[in-house]
Amino acid sequence: MNCRAEVLEVSVEGRQVEEAMLAVLHTVLLHRSTGKFHYKKEGTYSIGTVGTQDVDCDFIDFAYVRVSSEELDRALRKAVGEFKDALRSSGSDGMGQISLEFYQKKKSRWPFSDECIPWELWTIKVNVVNLANEQERQICREKVGEKLCEKIINIVEVMNRHEYLPKMPTQSEVDNVFDTSLKDVQPYLYKISYQITDSLGTSVTTTMRRLIKDTLAL
Amino acid sequence: MLPYAMDTDLSSQDRKDLDKFIKFFALKTVQVIVQARLGEKICTRSSSSPTGSDWFNLAIKDIPEVTHEAKKALAGQLPAVGRSMCVEISLKTSEGDSMELEIWCLEMNEKCDKEIKVSYTVYNRLSLLLKSLLAITRVTPAYRLSRKQGHEYVILYRIYFGEVQLSGLGEGFQTVRVGTVGTPVGTITLSCAYRINLAFMSTRQFERTPPIMGIIIDHFVDRPYPSSSPMHPCNYRAGEDNGAVYPSVEDSQEVCTTSFSTSPPSQCVFTVTKTHFQTPPPVVTDTLKVPVMGLAFSHQLSSSRLSYQPAALGVGSADMGYPVLFAGGLNAAHPHQLLGPGKEGGVPPVPSQPAHGTQADQERMCTPLDGVHYSAATPSSSEDTETVSNSSEGKCGSPHDLLETIFIRKVGAFVNKPINQVTMANLDIPFAMFAPKNVELEDNDPMVNPPDSPETESPLQGSLHSEGSSGSSTGNTHDDFVMIDFKPAFSKDDILPMDLGTFYREFQNPPQLSSLSIDIGAQSMAEDLDSLPEKLAVHEKNVKEFDAFVETLQ
Repeated sequence: MNCRAEVLEVSVEGRQVEEAMLAVLHTVLLHRSTGKFHYKKEGTYSIGTVGTQDVDCDFIDFAYVRVSSEELDRALRKAVGEFKDALRSSGSDGMGQISLEFYQKKKSRWPFSDECIPWELWTIKVNVVNLANEQERQICREKVGEKLCEKIINIVEVMNRHEYLPKMPTQSEVDNVFDTSLKDVQPYLYKISYQITDSLGTSVTTTMRRLIKDTLAL
Repeated sequence: MLPYAMDTDLSSQDRKDLDKFIKFFALKTVQVIVQARLGEKICTRSSSSPTGSDWFNLAIKDIPEVTHEAKKALAGQLPAVGRSMCVEISLKTSEGDSMELEIWCLEMNEKCDKEIKVSYTVYNRLSLLLKSLLAITRVTPAYRLSRKQGHEYVILYRIYFGEVQLSGLGEGFQTVRVGTVGTPVGTITLSCAYRINLAFMSTRQFERTPPIMGIIIDHFVDRPYPSSSPMHPCNYRAGEDNGAVYPSVEDSQEVCTTSFSTSPPSQCVFTVTKTHFQTPPPVVTDTLKVPVMGLAFSHQLSSSRLSYQPAALGVGSADMGYPVLFAGGLNAAHPHQLLGPGKEGGVPPVPSQPAHGTQADQERMCTPLDGVHYSAATPSSSEDTETVSNSSEGKCGSPHDLLETIFIRKVGAFVNKPINQVTMANLDIPFAMFAPKNVELEDNDPMVNPPDSPETESPLQGSLHSEGSSGSSTGNTHDDFVMIDFKPAFSKDDILPMDLGTFYREFQNPPQLSSLSIDIGAQSMAEDLDSLPEKLAVHEKNVKEFDAFVETLQ
């Protein structure tokens, strides 16, 4: 199947990287999370409720909405934190990208391990800029805020196309489509990875895999 | 495709479901938009077990007044071709200038998607669209303006149904499409047109500027269009026009108790289970008064606060330090929301007669401003009570916090003051809202410095004349009068040396009015009747005056 791929680019100051990434990732996951499924007999199921909350950014004139799930927030913060650290330690160039991939698991017969088939890939290309003085920083706050508003509109536009989404699974299949490890919400199975481009222009791949259910091995 | 042909393809159950989905989608859309312009951060909790009360599997609170306004605008209809539901967001300054900021439109066009499954796909796509709306409402320029509303300006909303009116947005307005959902009867489109020409009102202007000297009127009865609905402030509970108690009990039951289960499309048929559905009892809306002492005390708080407002209004120049109360239609169906005051313990019982304020004020109640307590729950339903407790979060988790929150909001109009500025001791003080919470505000608080001219007009009159009184300043009589010492209202002074508590106790049981006293009125019934013709004659003579007076009240 073809994987839908979207690329977003942002230029931010170093201290804005975290918030900008979280804003984009949370907005995508807001649309790609449902309430917890509760299967009943006869194959019917009911869906839990997804709460939302506003998040204000400290370094950007921007606010976004995220799913009310501390576990999900922690997982994203961890990933983004590693990305930010990698960016910082890579050198002065400060270019990299972070990817959020939604996938489905396809069970294979023994001795083959399960396949992970991506169906949507979001890539955020980041360019870290260095600013000289406070006035520039203030302008950057506003500019990045405006840019993020545009990104949110782009994301919503893509979501609204109602393109391929995995079929709602039966109870036995639910773990192949959704991440059921969280206690309050149920996002589609996803993984986050990132790449840092060093100053020579070659990409040094550092992949960080999410530790749930995607490392099933033989 | 002829319109009526659509119905034959859609089963009646599907049609009913679809209409219901569209109706509640429209209501939830309005809630999301208005809540996003309240000026505060919204926070709702996720719940892994389905409560059956959250439409579209999203925790979106229902502010009763907003639902009421939306239903009033829809008047039983659904968005259809040429009939869109619009939510207009505008800004109004304390001087009375107003400007339309955004129009959110929920439209329906003729493009049908026959193949789509109503109960499943349409529902889920509507849920996705609401999530998109949540995201987009934070992204338009009005969001930042609404977060900064307060002394200088307020954000108002207006809901209307019919043709979209974009002329008020100025030149070069931009449009953003939130999303579309195809249904067998048409395609639902949600979009926003927003003003970009905020030339005379940049967001910077409202950042960290000192409060301007002016009156913020808390009753907005703007009627920009002759046939349109009145504007409502986003962070006031609108109810000033009729003091009605909103019949949210009936609606809440409808929303809360519809649960459904879905199944994977490849397997069982989707069923809308009505196991929890109760027929909403007929609700007599204008007699929904809950005779609970604790509740009534809240009335007292709010109504007496209203009555003191004209003192500030009449002065005309008072700084915005005075606490502005959110008088509005309280949803009396939620007594458990307001049992907080009773539980606090320190609250004195309600006096039998209001010390201040008119009778109409008594029927107004204060609804909490924070978004999290607007769960549509009824006292009788334990399931719904769960919803209340489950769905509140953060600082709003208990009635105790609730009351605290009310006080927070009262300190200065629309502006969120930090909790530490409100002490819990204040909750026990009657008329505590007159005691300024902020030292810097009280110097300019007209409550602290009682105006020389006694204001005996009905508070309603003062507050209803938003346009009139906002402009008519009666002079800066209090610019010279700067209080340095902390002096709560009715505190020690030369004329009436007593503290607040003593004052309250003393005035809690005022003596009977002489005209109402049976003893003094030695007049017999006959004498009364005799004097009637004379009185009537006098009144008839002055009928013009009375008419003028009544005019001014409207």
